[in-house]
Amino acid sequence: MANSYNMKQFIAFIKKEFHHIFRDTRTLFILLGMPIMEIIIFGFALTNEVKNSKIAILDNSRDAATASLIAEIGSSRYFNIEKDIYSYNDIESSFREGKIKLAVVFPQHFGEDLRHFNKAQVQLVADASDPNVANTLTNYASAIIVDYQKRITQDHQLPYTINTEMRMLYNPQLKGAYNFVPGVMAMVLMLVCTLMTAITVVREKEMGTMEVMLVSPVKPLRIIIAKAVPYLLLSIVNIASILLLSVFVLDVPINGSLLLLSFESVLFTLTCLAFGLLISASTDSQQTAMFISLTGMFLPTIMLSGFMFPIENMPLLLQIISNIVPAKWYYLIVKDVMIKGVGFESVWQETLVLAGMMLLLLMLALKKFKIRLA
Amino acid sequence: MNAVIVSNIIKRYGTKKAPVSALQGISFQVDKGEIFGIIGPDGAGKTSLFRILTTLLLADGGTATVDGFDIVKDYKTIRERVGYMPGRFSLYQDLTVKENLDFFATIFNTSIEENYDLVKDIYSQIEPFKNRRAGKLSGGMKQKLALSCALIHRPSVLFLDEPTTGVDAVSRKEFWEMLKRLKEQGITILVSTPYMDEAGLCDRVALLQSGKILSINTPQGVVNEFGKTLFAVKSNDMLHLLNDLKQNEDIEDAYPFGEYHHVIMKHGGENELKDYLRQTGRQYEMKEVRPDIEDCFIALMKN
Repeated sequence: MANSYNMKQFIAFIKKEFHHIFRDTRTLFILLGMPIMEIIIFGFALTNEVKNSKIAILDNSRDAATASLIAEIGSSRYFNIEKDIYSYNDIESSFREGKIKLAVVFPQHFGEDLRHFNKAQVQLVADASDPNVANTLTNYASAIIVDYQKRITQDHQLPYTINTEMRMLYNPQLKGAYNFVPGVMAMVLMLVCTLMTAITVVREKEMGTMEVMLVSPVKPLRIIIAKAVPYLLLSIVNIASILLLSVFVLDVPINGSLLLLSFESVLFTLTCLAFGLLISASTDSQQTAMFISLTGMFLPTIMLSGFMFPIENMPLLLQIISNIVPAKWYYLIVKDVMIKGVGFESVWQETLVLAGMMLLLLMLALKKFKIRLA
Repeated sequence: MNAVIVSNIIKRYGTKKAPVSALQGISFQVDKGEIFGIIGPDGAGKTSLFRILTTLLLADGGTATVDGFDIVKDYKTIRERVGYMPGRFSLYQDLTVKENLDFFATIFNTSIEENYDLVKDIYSQIEPFKNRRAGKLSGGMKQKLALSCALIHRPSVLFLDEPTTGVDAVSRKEFWEMLKRLKEQGITILVSTPYMDEAGLCDRVALLQSGKILSINTPQGVVNEFGKTLFAVKSNDMLHLLNDLKQNEDIEDAYPFGEYHHVIMKHGGENELKDYLRQTGRQYEMKEVRPDIEDCFIALMKN
């Protein structure tokens, strides 16, 4: 009897929560549309792969060797030759115009030097206002030149040559999507679960409905749990849509077990929900709740999860801090399971950390929840 | 047995260094099946008192029982038994009328059908709009819905915090008639209001001012306590008339009251007041009137 009453009450709560969500169509649109938008933006617009960069060529030699090297650079997918320039002074002005990212300079007698002294020089001038791009471009250009050199020296073997051969594991095409899909998953789950849960509970406080609800036989705990359930379901929909988009639109494979990936995602979702509940138990206004969620969860997720900036490059202090960001662990797990295709035996430690965080946050949230108004 | 016993309840807000007293040792008792009015201006402490009695706030001192249960120790039992309607409309604006009522029925482990007879009078008036969202209702209809939701589990004590604030005159009248009918069902009702004219509709009233109770009595009893003769004076220049009245030392108090000024004499009576008014050389109209609750409240406040 008591149980059926409890169940009925619980279902009434969840039904009510879904009414709130589905009747606020704008928010619903954001909740379900956001992951799709983010995948598309990250997949097609925001990418750190360097393609079709505009370059300029200053060829002081004009011989067969430079002509074939220029043809090779121009035909690569990384570079588009924007223009030829004819004096060293023009390099600077071309960069100033902002049109080109790299200039390739051949000195006089390039082909002759190569033939007679077995030695010639090429200068690469890059726009280093974005150091990463400059680095990448000079690397690509050097690789093309080295390639060319190898081919012309094939006939007469040089003594002592070391040939490096590279293999890019797990992501042979060096696709950015392999990196950001796990990051976007962490970000979206964070937003939906932490932010929305915090706001929806605090809204009841602001509207005064919490006051009415407290003066009823409902256990306060049940109010809170019922708030989290619909957002858990919404998150599962979001996880599914992100994975479908990655596999079918961005060609990112799911190499590991889908079941394991889903389990880990639900675990992370629960962690975010617990954090949202903790925020809602500690604040009284939607504005504060939103502010805390964004600074306390969203920013660290972007900055310290390793998704945007590699954690290994950070100062030690930030590396230590990054350990308390749940998204970091989830990001590691998703990358391992989805891209590397490893099994549970390789991610159990990360899983344990995440589970511990979830329990801690949940306990804090329940402890902080007030059975009265003040 | 009393439905509500309040003894020496104290509530303070603010910091330890600068405390603000909201309730300064309030005591009263409410009989079973009584409509008990807490009458007082904004900031008198009405809402604090209601929140303490509905177990939403803890008092800083004193004790109270509701329906025989202690408000601190037995808060869970009290929450099952009382109905509470906060001063602000506190239902789900994005749920329909019926969904709101259904929801509150479910969380109190009952159903609309089970207690329909209790809310029928009230709910039938908004039933034609049962598929309308609560946020789109008029002020009067919102109050009716909120009352229905507070009643759906047949509470033994009903707490209504300023239920008629912001409601039009006709709806207010209807609302009080509904309360009368609920009282006949044996429900004890505590209602707060800033409107003096509603005091006369209660069985007994407590006049609350700055966290202190000035008087507890039946509305008639409050009026009988007044003990002085009250005059109403009117002229064509009301502002100067009031100034003149305030300058006379034999006049205890004079204040605007509707289209008249009400005047209380210290020692003299009708003749002395007439003499004085004649001296000022004004056209005037004067009559003796029966004091009402508002007169009593003004007199109590000034003491």
